[in-house]
Amino acid sequence: MSAPRFWREINQRYNLVGTECGNCGKKYFPIRSVCPECHRESIGKMKKVKFSGNGKVFSYTVIHVGSSMFQMQTPYIMAIIELDEGPRITGQIIDCETKDVKIGMPVESVFRKIGEDGKSGTIYYGYKFRLMK
Amino acid sequence: MRDVAVIGVGVTKFGELWDKSLRGLIVEAGLEAMHDSGVTSKDVDALYGGNMSSGLFVSQEHTAALIGDFAGLASRHIPATRVEDACASGGVALRQGYISVASGIHDVVIVGGVEKMTDVSESLATDALASAGDREWESFLGVTFPGLYAMMARRHMHEYKTTKEQLGAVAVKNHRNGALNPKAQYQKEITLEQVLNAPMVAEPLGLYDCSPISDGAAALILCPLERARKFTDNPVKIIASAQASDTLSLHSRRDICTMDATVAAARNVYRQANKKPKDIDLVEVHDCFTITEIVAIEDLGFVKKGEGGKASEEGLTALNAEISVNPSGGLKSKGHPVGATGVAQAVEVITQLRGEAGKRQVKNARVGMTHNIGGSGATAVIHIFEAI
Amino acid sequence: MVGIVSYGGYVPRYRIETKEIARVWGKDESIGKGLGVFSKSVPGPDEDVATISVEAARNAMKKCSVNPGEIGAVYVGSESHPYAVKPTSTIVAEAIGAGPNLTAADYEFACKAGTAAIQTCMGLVSSGMIKYGLAIGSDTSQGAPGDALEYSASAGGAAFLIGKENVIAEINKTYSFTTDTPDFWRREGEKYPSHGGRFTGEPAYFKHTMNCAKGLFERTGTKPSDYKYAVFHQPNGKFPVNVGKMLGFTNEQIKTGLLTPRIGNTYSGSTPLGLAVILDVASPGDRIFAVSYGSGAGSDGFDITVTEKIMGIDRNPTVESFIADSKIIDYATYVRYRKKLWLGGE
Repeated sequence: MSAPRFWREINQRYNLVGTECGNCGKKYFPIRSVCPECHRESIGKMKKVKFSGNGKVFSYTVIHVGSSMFQMQTPYIMAIIELDEGPRITGQIIDCETKDVKIGMPVESVFRKIGEDGKSGTIYYGYKFRLMK
Repeated sequence: MRDVAVIGVGVTKFGELWDKSLRGLIVEAGLEAMHDSGVTSKDVDALYGGNMSSGLFVSQEHTAALIGDFAGLASRHIPATRVEDACASGGVALRQGYISVASGIHDVVIVGGVEKMTDVSESLATDALASAGDREWESFLGVTFPGLYAMMARRHMHEYKTTKEQLGAVAVKNHRNGALNPKAQYQKEITLEQVLNAPMVAEPLGLYDCSPISDGAAALILCPLERARKFTDNPVKIIASAQASDTLSLHSRRDICTMDATVAAARNVYRQANKKPKDIDLVEVHDCFTITEIVAIEDLGFVKKGEGGKASEEGLTALNAEISVNPSGGLKSKGHPVGATGVAQAVEVITQLRGEAGKRQVKNARVGMTHNIGGSGATAVIHIFEAI
Repeated sequence: MVGIVSYGGYVPRYRIETKEIARVWGKDESIGKGLGVFSKSVPGPDEDVATISVEAARNAMKKCSVNPGEIGAVYVGSESHPYAVKPTSTIVAEAIGAGPNLTAADYEFACKAGTAAIQTCMGLVSSGMIKYGLAIGSDTSQGAPGDALEYSASAGGAAFLIGKENVIAEINKTYSFTTDTPDFWRREGEKYPSHGGRFTGEPAYFKHTMNCAKGLFERTGTKPSDYKYAVFHQPNGKFPVNVGKMLGFTNEQIKTGLLTPRIGNTYSGSTPLGLAVILDVASPGDRIFAVSYGSGAGSDGFDITVTEKIMGIDRNPTVESFIADSKIIDYATYVRYRKKLWLGGE
């Protein structure tokens, strides 16, 4: 991923900023410019919202064959998290044993390195999750 | 709208075909289909080529013109169009060809599907396949393609008490069918024990829950039904074609245990064909993973939601059982060269409806269905075929 | 008076025991006892100075109601910034919702870059240039495989929000003692630091720490018994105890802030984390004596008094909570996490 491609999403990736429909109040992550429920009614009414990062494990997997950027971390846990505010997002769960995760467990977001553009490129940071202590 | 028939089919062997190139594969399948149909290059009006990611796999885009060129069609200057909808590229190419004939724009159309996946390392192939999901908000964060389906499986197990043994039953059944298919990548049976003891790829999916990385190509020749008999004695009619979409990312779906795109397209094809699930004699469903077949047979209405695992375990989907699911061996055993898959599914159904499927022949096969999925379910394309 | 408005610490979860490192290199297990280090923190494969700094900064922001938009400066002190060129501090600022109306920079002064950042923020706040400044000391320090440093070089960090209003601890005085003493260094482009062996002791750590402490006593008119707690830079478990004794502090005053035996030397995070763990338990009126040390060389001393306001904040998550949540790993896992090996094709 080139520097600008990552850079333009920094606020979303660092601070879990998504959107809220000004028409129906439904919240989305990542940012959407049209509400899939309200369509035309929502245009121009989508506003930015910062999520707390707290949520629950909706589903998860332990990845043993990782994509190229993640081979140093296998086995690692990926999950779909249902945020307290409603939307579901995909993220890694870190700092626990692979057998510790169960559907429904509360999690909180943390700030971690997602990957890097080779040895000399930029470093990508963003959200991951850990089980609530 | 005109009725459309398939008048010729061709498919290469699927597998790790080290000596074959992208263009070599598709030309082999295409020439076989033309030979099968009796059409000559003079008859062909247009070409649709399904291909997911030749750019990432072999650094070659503009694939449809390339196919036409090496099929010897360049001098005819026919329109050649590449179709891309991830793993549904082949099925959607078929639908594009179908629409162009049904509409009257073209008469004889060649539909191809091809993927050459083994020219890159496994990790690059994993990355390429992951691009069928949401690059920015799924794969970039570390989830692989098997990982997405693993989360689907985990949730299915959570909601419907589906077991790993039930997932495994799908793999065992598909390998049993594939063992009878001379074009399949794996022509050998496997045991449930082997499936359950296989190394993990993305829990709960092990190696035998996953379709392989494959090279291969398939092709079909379409023409108006009214002209079909001019070329062949055994045309097969396309009686329904539908396609639907959904959110690209799995996490945004209404329900990750149901592919709403499949449900929507299925509703549409059953209405078009005026058929019910019980009228279907065989179906080639998209079993890129064992869980995918379980979800598919539920969403297509062959079993109730949540009962796909049980039905698979009880053998209801075996060859010549309640509903013959994936008589070809499916993606699991036949192989999954992604862009070719949707076309290859149609080749199998037509072969079955012609009664030419040999040892894996479904008895009295009259009506067959293909179900092809893109990504984790953001695209679904379904066709129903009938012997005439 | 200028002081600490809030603070937060962070220590990665993984630990390697010094006896495991000794085993790999065929050394006697007692090497850890000799150093006074029994285990050290290891950053996860996805942790670096930026992530540790952000976690520490977020923990600081959680404890107070300061609007991040009012932070006028962010400084991150470390000797393991993820980029040689490109600031860590901008990452931290963005990740806590501060900026763009602020100044930011990265600091490097071996193990005292974090306390240097505190001093800079004090100056900016005192002068009225900014309302709040965020100073962070954080490291994922490097020790070459088999080198003596490998037994102690660890990871962690702490963040301090410096301001004038609602301070939970007043910084009464700061004083520094600095000379040019090459006891420990890392040349540009080198992966691991070099050091002068025993030269890092007497003429380096002890000389600067002692002189800084004495200078601070003189300038504040205080003596060891005036303080409830004392914290010093802790490159190992022995130096800070010895320097404390030489200055006249008791074990009771030193033990709270002494983290090295359990988490190793967190370099730029060392004195800041020691100070943070003290603030986790301190009561109003408690006086804290803190002296950092950075090779190269210099020491920053602080005379701090805890205020009533500390009772008004929720001090969770404490530094202790991060230290307690630990997982012991073996040397092979440590090598993998620290990227001391590379995958084929990388």
